[in-house]
Amino acid sequence: MDGSKIKEALASMDERGSGEGAGYVAYGIYPDYKEYYALHVFFDNIREDKAPLDNLLEKWGTIVHDEQIKTYEQPGLRKVHTPWRYFFRPDPHMMPKSTTPEEDIITYLVMKVNSERNGALIFSSGKNLGVFKAAGWPEDVANFYRIQDYKGYLWLAHNRYPTNTAGWWGGAHPFNLLNWSVVHNGEITSYGTNRRYIESYGYKCTMYTDTEVVAYLVDLLVRKHGLSEKMAVRALAPPFWEEIDRMPAKEQELNRAIRLTYGPALMNGPFAICVANENSLFGFTDRIKLRPLVSGENGDRLFISSEEAAIRRIDPDVGNITMPKAGEPVIGTVYS
Amino acid sequence: MTMQSLRIDGRDLHYTPLNQQIRAAVADGVKEIVIDNVLGQRFIGDGLRGDDVTITVNGVPGGDLAMFMSGPTIIVNGNADHAPGNTMDKGKVIIHGSAGDAVAHSMRGGRVYVRDNIGYRGGIHMKQYREKRPILVVGGSARAFLGEYMAGGLLIVLGLNGATPVSERGVGSGIHGGEIIVRGKIADEYLGTGAKQLPITAEQKESIRLILEDFASAFGLDPATLLAADYSRIIAASARPFANKYTWE
Amino acid sequence: MSIGSTPLKFRVAIDTDRCMNCGRCIENCSYGVYRKEGDAIRINSRNCVACHRCLAFCPRDAIEIEEKPNDYRSHPVWTREAREAIFNQARTGKIVLAGMGNAKPYPIIFDQLVLDACQVTNPSIDPLREPMELRTYIGKKPSSLCLRQLPGGDVELRTKLTPNLQIETPIMIGHMSYGAISLNAQMALAKAVSRIGTFMGTGEGGLHESLYPYQSHMIVQVASGRFGVDINYLERGAAIEIKIGQGAKPGIGGHLPGEKVCADVSCTRMIPEGSDAISPAPHHDIYSIEDLKQLVHSLKEATEWKKPIFVKIAAVHNSAAIAAGIARSGADAVVVDGFRGGSGATPRVFRDNVGIPVEAAVASVDAKLRQQGIRNEVSVIASGGIRESADVAKIICLGADAVYIGTSALVAMGCRVCGTCYRGTCAWGIATQKPELVRRLDPETNAVQVENLIHGWTDELAELMGAAGINSIESLRGNRDRLRGYMLDEGLLNVLDVKTVGA
Repeated sequence: MDGSKIKEALASMDERGSGEGAGYVAYGIYPDYKEYYALHVFFDNIREDKAPLDNLLEKWGTIVHDEQIKTYEQPGLRKVHTPWRYFFRPDPHMMPKSTTPEEDIITYLVMKVNSERNGALIFSSGKNLGVFKAAGWPEDVANFYRIQDYKGYLWLAHNRYPTNTAGWWGGAHPFNLLNWSVVHNGEITSYGTNRRYIESYGYKCTMYTDTEVVAYLVDLLVRKHGLSEKMAVRALAPPFWEEIDRMPAKEQELNRAIRLTYGPALMNGPFAICVANENSLFGFTDRIKLRPLVSGENGDRLFISSEEAAIRRIDPDVGNITMPKAGEPVIGTVYS
Repeated sequence: MTMQSLRIDGRDLHYTPLNQQIRAAVADGVKEIVIDNVLGQRFIGDGLRGDDVTITVNGVPGGDLAMFMSGPTIIVNGNADHAPGNTMDKGKVIIHGSAGDAVAHSMRGGRVYVRDNIGYRGGIHMKQYREKRPILVVGGSARAFLGEYMAGGLLIVLGLNGATPVSERGVGSGIHGGEIIVRGKIADEYLGTGAKQLPITAEQKESIRLILEDFASAFGLDPATLLAADYSRIIAASARPFANKYTWE
Repeated sequence: MSIGSTPLKFRVAIDTDRCMNCGRCIENCSYGVYRKEGDAIRINSRNCVACHRCLAFCPRDAIEIEEKPNDYRSHPVWTREAREAIFNQARTGKIVLAGMGNAKPYPIIFDQLVLDACQVTNPSIDPLREPMELRTYIGKKPSSLCLRQLPGGDVELRTKLTPNLQIETPIMIGHMSYGAISLNAQMALAKAVSRIGTFMGTGEGGLHESLYPYQSHMIVQVASGRFGVDINYLERGAAIEIKIGQGAKPGIGGHLPGEKVCADVSCTRMIPEGSDAISPAPHHDIYSIEDLKQLVHSLKEATEWKKPIFVKIAAVHNSAAIAAGIARSGADAVVVDGFRGGSGATPRVFRDNVGIPVEAAVASVDAKLRQQGIRNEVSVIASGGIRESADVAKIICLGADAVYIGTSALVAMGCRVCGTCYRGTCAWGIATQKPELVRRLDPETNAVQVENLIHGWTDELAELMGAAGINSIESLRGNRDRLRGYMLDEGLLNVLDVKTVGA
């Protein structure tokens, strides 16, 4: 599917945003380069800031190809950065002690570049996927990148109304690390706890936005700790103790163990979150359902949105419109 | 010449011009308005007066449908979104589908009928004054925190078509007035703080008969099943459920 | 003695217009202030310690107690306390003992931290009507879990969890030994914690058999003196705490004056009646961090790895490094006792000058453990001057899992913090072993009072959490972002990892 319909769907919810940020991510858009990590970078000044990044990347692997991400001027969007894409192959020998050297190298590079802030920001770092975002309204951002020119099998889109920082390109959603992309509606009151927890595992929060922490938590719980997506959501939005106390013994033990282990990862505050990776899409809300979330299906398509009307803009015949239960995920799996 | 009815094509029409068209029509004496191709427009009918006006919404309206509305009837052929009937004062909303969270939030009068299911915090902080009593009736099921903070009014959940009326926590949490009536019974662990559940008496059931019949006729249902069923009433355990939490300095 | 009398600390007067001559003041005062002389009541103000027992039981509010009735020429440096301490030592040539916690006017960090509440961008949560979880588990947590997907779709837990204590509120009662306080006082605390679903410390005085019914809510203490420590004692506790230090006297051991060692205390502690119970400064089998690890393991082996082992340290300069060492020793919790911690008897110079505030200590312990990726290895319990629910909320934001209260629990039983615990004549029946005084403390009534205190604080904590948009205490823990410092200097703000108000 190309990006034209999701742009319309997102724009139909402009009422919920403030025009300070919007973004899209699409999976499957680089079939010719699908073996390589597609790094999307914002450069402040292409002349000064690109060479150092090229050097850094060349130390850790090979830049197979890089080019400017084509953009089209929009009156409502001030072009503050130059977006660029690299297709990069990390050299696993650079991290000989790691069991997942490629992912660890990419993560290391993303954290390093983004915390050093030398005029370069890596905002997308997965294989065969790309994030397109900026500070502007959904339509403007979509037209800026012409997302209708990209074809992907899985899309996320988000319209932002920033609460704690002014809108800036890096602060727009989706937030991405490796193949994980996250969009989020709400505010995480446990951010101070979650951030310090995730940072003790070597991740660095550099985007001044609470949502960033969700991408890293999912990477830690699912990729590093091997939890299933369902169990990861169970850790991030666990059942209440009063419910756990009523469960049968084995289930009780399991849920208690999850809460004890992942207490600092528990997310509090109102939220509706959608997470994507190359194989799946899952959405969930906070445990007392303070934000809206709706899912729908049509054949082999799954839709998750803040509003049914937005889904119907893409697929007027969508069926099985349901509201997931508070804290419980809707999970869709890609099958080939 | 006054047209008795008006049809509006809502496709790609922003809610402000849409509402302006509605108001102009009502001011002109139009009694029946049909809006086609509604897709996500918020605030339809907000603050609108006109006791004899009926608006039919074909499609999926956006949030805060009929908010502050005082008089008209709105019929929705589709699902409603967030908080239809929000702080509604008078009139009727009939939804041939489901609705989202906070349905009838702070409602103070009038009726909202939802054929299928509602989301979380349905009927939250409904209030009444003497005979001015809001009524929310749900044909399917409701989620957690149904009737939270209820101060007045009537909330009925029927659990038709095999649905369980409520299977989540916090029913009537903080209720200090009004009543919630569910078909069957709610498990004790789902009752909220300060709420108590009692079986309905024949007299109380008789008092809701006309409402059930009205609901049934709005959706073409057979009222007999509704009238024959058993119901439970959830009401305030006390008028001041939290009085013993506080002490003076 | 050429120094002469030092001024009265308190002047006691009876308003004869109001007095009804019931004599309750005479009956109740255990310090010898009142005596009957014919029809009149005579007062010896010099004996008064302002324990307020007389005032509390006077049916006519006829008693007036005035502190510092005589003025010195005031001086900011040569305070009354400085002058009188010198008089004391000139007379005696000895180390001055004192009770209760730090009495020097250092600024209180808690009083310069403020909490956040949610508005607009985030709704606050109503703890009365929506779920609010204060349940806390104290002990070692796994850093990840081994789960296995079973064919039917169920998930199996393969990781074995180490034993944790489950408490329904993050407030526990700290260690106040039988000897330091009376058995009735311990009984009142024991009843209270068992009803609330929390725990209390036995202190280093052993566990008296009348408290055995409450043992599942007891944390037994292994202090340097090893008083009352036998396998029976260790097995009875729900958890075992190794006391390395105490906030009121970092670097020194416990001191129970002989006056308080009655027959029963002598039996429970296994020392001669009337002798001072001295605990050495260090455990004489722990001279290095690796020795602590051995002690932890020996206790675990002896109790078959069934009980969490806590290690209590006084908050000193390198608390964070010590805590990291403790976390690696196999212990399940670190108790950090700040310099405001109370005591029945401690040298005044230590009480007032040694140690650091618990706010700073907990903040740096939490940060260091996280930095080293071992925060899950131990729970952090904070103590030392926790006076109200806001202190509890703030210290949890700074990184603590739970708190121990000491002085607050005693105040709930009537203690007025007169600070003369070491005399053994506590008129409230708390810090004494004299049977006629101990009798005054009814365990049941006082249990209700302590329970009320913890209950009131717990409800307030729930409200504070709800206002901050949090409904599970895990999300308050270490969440520095919900605090702001008000007129704290930059260095301290950095240590606390807290921003300034307005930021």
